Amino acid sequence: MSNKRTKPFSIKYLPGFTPVALVCFVLLYAPIVTMVVYSFNSGQSVALFEDFSVAWYFAAAENELVQEAALRSLIIAAFASGIATVLATMAALGTTRTKNYPGRTLIYLMINQPLMVPEVVTAVALLIFFASIKVATGYSGLAYLILAHAAFCVPFAYLPIRARMEGMDRALEIAAADLYATPWKTFRRVTLPLVAPGIAAGAMLAFVISLDDVIITEFVKSAGQDTLPTYMLGQLRRAVTPEVNAISSALLAVTVILLTAFFLLSGRNSPVGK
Amino acid sequence: MTDTSTTNARQLSDLEVRAEKERVKRNWLLSMPAMILLLLGASGPLLIVLVYSFMTPGDYSGVIWTPTVKAWFQIFFTVDIFDDTVRLADAHLTIFGRSLRLSLLTTLLTLIFGLPTAYFIATRPGRQRTLWLFLITIPFWTNLLIRTFAILEVIRNEGLINNFLRWLGVIDEPIQILYTDTAVLIGMAYVYLPLMVLPLYAAIDRFDFRLVEAGYDLYANRWQVLRRVILPIVKPGIIAGSILVFVPSLGAYVTPRVLGGGKNMMIGNFIELQFGQGRNWPLGSSLSILLLLVVAVALLFYVRAANRGGSDE
Amino acid sequence: MSDEVAVRAEGVSKVFGSPGNELRALDDVTVDIRRNEFFTLLGPSGCGKTTLLRLIAGFETPSAGAIMLDGKDITVDPPFKRPINTVFQSYALFPHLTVGQNVGFGLEMMGRSNSEIDDTVEKMLALVQMEAMRNRLPTQLSGGQQQRVALARALAPQPSVLLLDEPLSALDLKLRKQMQIELKRMQMETGITFIFVTHDQEEALTMSDRIGVMSAGNILQIGSPREIYNSPQNRFVASFIGESNFLEGTASGTGAKRRVALADGHSFEALVADESVSDGKVTVAVRPEFVQVVAADTADALPATVTNIVYFGTDMHCYMSLNSGTEVVARVSADADRGGALETGAKVGITFAPDGPRIVGD
Ligand SMILES: Nc1ncnc2c1ncn2[C@@H]1O[C@H](COP(=O)(O)OP(=O)(O)OP(=O)(O)O)[C@@H](O)[C@H]1O
Ligand SMILES: [Mg+2]
Repeated sequence: MSNKRTKPFSIKYLPGFTPVALVCFVLLYAPIVTMVVYSFNSGQSVALFEDFSVAWYFAAAENELVQEAALRSLIIAAFASGIATVLATMAALGTTRTKNYPGRTLIYLMINQPLMVPEVVTAVALLIFFASIKVATGYSGLAYLILAHAAFCVPFAYLPIRARMEGMDRALEIAAADLYATPWKTFRRVTLPLVAPGIAAGAMLAFVISLDDVIITEFVKSAGQDTLPTYMLGQLRRAVTPEVNAISSALLAVTVILLTAFFLLSGRNSPVGK
Repeated sequence: MTDTSTTNARQLSDLEVRAEKERVKRNWLLSMPAMILLLLGASGPLLIVLVYSFMTPGDYSGVIWTPTVKAWFQIFFTVDIFDDTVRLADAHLTIFGRSLRLSLLTTLLTLIFGLPTAYFIATRPGRQRTLWLFLITIPFWTNLLIRTFAILEVIRNEGLINNFLRWLGVIDEPIQILYTDTAVLIGMAYVYLPLMVLPLYAAIDRFDFRLVEAGYDLYANRWQVLRRVILPIVKPGIIAGSILVFVPSLGAYVTPRVLGGGKNMMIGNFIELQFGQGRNWPLGSSLSILLLLVVAVALLFYVRAANRGGSDE
Repeated sequence: MSDEVAVRAEGVSKVFGSPGNELRALDDVTVDIRRNEFFTLLGPSGCGKTTLLRLIAGFETPSAGAIMLDGKDITVDPPFKRPINTVFQSYALFPHLTVGQNVGFGLEMMGRSNSEIDDTVEKMLALVQMEAMRNRLPTQLSGGQQQRVALARALAPQPSVLLLDEPLSALDLKLRKQMQIELKRMQMETGITFIFVTHDQEEALTMSDRIGVMSAGNILQIGSPREIYNSPQNRFVASFIGESNFLEGTASGTGAKRRVALADGHSFEALVADESVSDGKVTVAVRPEFVQVVAADTADALPATVTNIVYFGTDMHCYMSLNSGTEVVARVSADADRGGALETGAKVGITFAPDGPRIVGD
């Protein structure tokens, strides 16, 4: 032990990187953990933790406005992600595993447009567009929100489906056609079962993205059409109310559960379609 | 394979032409529903915004159909009500300046924290790495509003930081962080950090560490290996992460609204204002188009940089 | 094998690529494939074998020409309407279906009853000796087993033509030999027309009824293995199948046999396949086994010098150079050299076996 260096030379070691990374994780999680902890506080503030209690969860759950907003969020997310997934699957069939064709770049650009345009710009655009339709038709139901959500969900559903399709052996579909399967039967019996995990992943991402949306919903919604996030934003004063704290924690739990499922579903692939 | 045969070759047979048309038609038909949805719910309305930016504001909201470039003029200049002199619109420029400054600082801050974090994750052994990656994806997929609320609770006057400092006896009066530019910066860096870490991780994960060995073999020290070997090779990841953070920062709405209060607006909030109390839809529209253009320039820069870097995108 | 034509490709061309950058994968190919025959397309990589198969199967549309099946034009029929099945080079077994479901897939798509599908699957799996694997997934099979399943799957719908695109190329040598025999047996048992693609000449020679030799988008010669081997019509076929020596000379005379004179005045007799060929400069191909090494003073022998000798057990290859510098290889039995006279530098004479030298086109 005469050698001063106690650890062997490590190729991957860079001085200071590990501490910064750990600090980073602490900083990322400290606020979230604090939020969750104080959602179980019986008192009103985050100043001091008085007593463990789930009272705020009950308060939130019993609040009719919260119930309505939650239900609305779920309805919108279900319809929007459903529509987006079906359309994204079709678009993926039309854009992958084929030689280039006129207009494909345009299709790519259109599909990925919501990822590139700042959300507030799209929100404003939809506000203007829907405002005139609302005036013209007199209809002001949930369809606007569902349409808007479905649109920005498409790229999130499209990316994992496309990735999965591109990984699929083209010869399998050719083999099916060779064995007397019509195009529709080929899709039903060969393509769909093989792409299913990608479709499930896409649907899940779309669902989460729709559930989380604030800006577009805030601009597009008519009076009394709050979703959970816009309701929470509306409740904000100088501080976050304990009730909103409880809702946030519950939503966080949903995210963690969905994400875990996603990780298990897609194996080792990261859920970022990058 | 004679010359004559190749010149005839482009005369596609009718059959081939028909098959090709079928293929293109099928692909377009399959993509069409998604295109229509996006045309209605995303792209089409942008054209309306463009048109509105050249109209005259209505009295309460909406527009009057009189074409004018006044809204575009208004972005940068104001006309004095008394003597009709034209001056720069200081209030607007302040907001643009803040948006640009905060977005750049956010990008820098997330890069400084994100690079070591991504490197840390990418150098963990096997299963541990999945765990760390999972830990970074949870905030990524957690509602942005929730994360903004979480950071709000930490920095407000009666929040975690101030309470802690008071408890320590360092301060008597709370430090005002909330509703300052600093609060917005902290908040944006906090919410967009995962957007920086993930592409950086992807780049470092692909990195071949034998190159580092080669670097050390050739007498480089740690710093030189980082600067001369690792950073140049993961540069596409750095550019991707920076764009992914910079673009949404520039258009941020929720975080500056919650943490900046009414005064410390960014361009996103300012746009909203024009459609709310400001009642100047054309100005809001022209601002939106301007924001879109800046983002487009940033994306173009990214595409060019990525192509030059020989990256796969 | 009958003389009736099963598949006919008529003036078929296929051009790939974009304007200014096109590639003629098939160039006006016409070929008749007879009913019940084992027909092999043989040629080097990239010569257009797969392309021709894909046109017959209907995966690709020809740039010109037509594909006929039993006298009917099927050029525009989609693959699922052609009674033609393919054994893919990569097997393309459906990974989410069991072996049994894979084999039954075609019949299911044709709307056959479950009991019929069941029986046929049973029969097909027995044919390829895979009955025990019926409920396995393709990923749980070895390469050779997958290959058999792919074969059973393509045979199950009882197509009139079976296309096989290098189905044995992924197998090791031993399995490959075994499968060659089995394939041939199955073709005879089922009476289905086989169109088989390979770039392995030995495989082609041992299995086929007839071979079509392809090069750069053309079929150069069609014939039985014996015809192809013994009387190659052009230089490419002669060199691609087996080994050949090529000698340049001037031909004279008429009829099936011509006298070919080399530059140094020595001459020999050579067969000509196409009697209408005019005299003049010709290329003569001779297989090494038809080259005889004799004593230098033998009458009519071409003088040569031994440059190298390579032993292959019972055989040996004797490399020699003629006066003109042309290299000639002879394959002689090792016994022929009992005296040990053959050694590098030795002056020898060369004669050819009767019907050995053949005048070939270019
Ligand atoms: N879809 C395609 N697009 C463009 N070129 C193609 C396409 N398919 C084949 N080719 C080209 O056509 C030529 C013939 O290809 P083909 O696959 O028929 O060769 P092959 O004889 O089967 O070769 P191998 O023995 O290597 O399989 C090749 O030069 C190939 O590059
Ligand atoms: Mg091939």
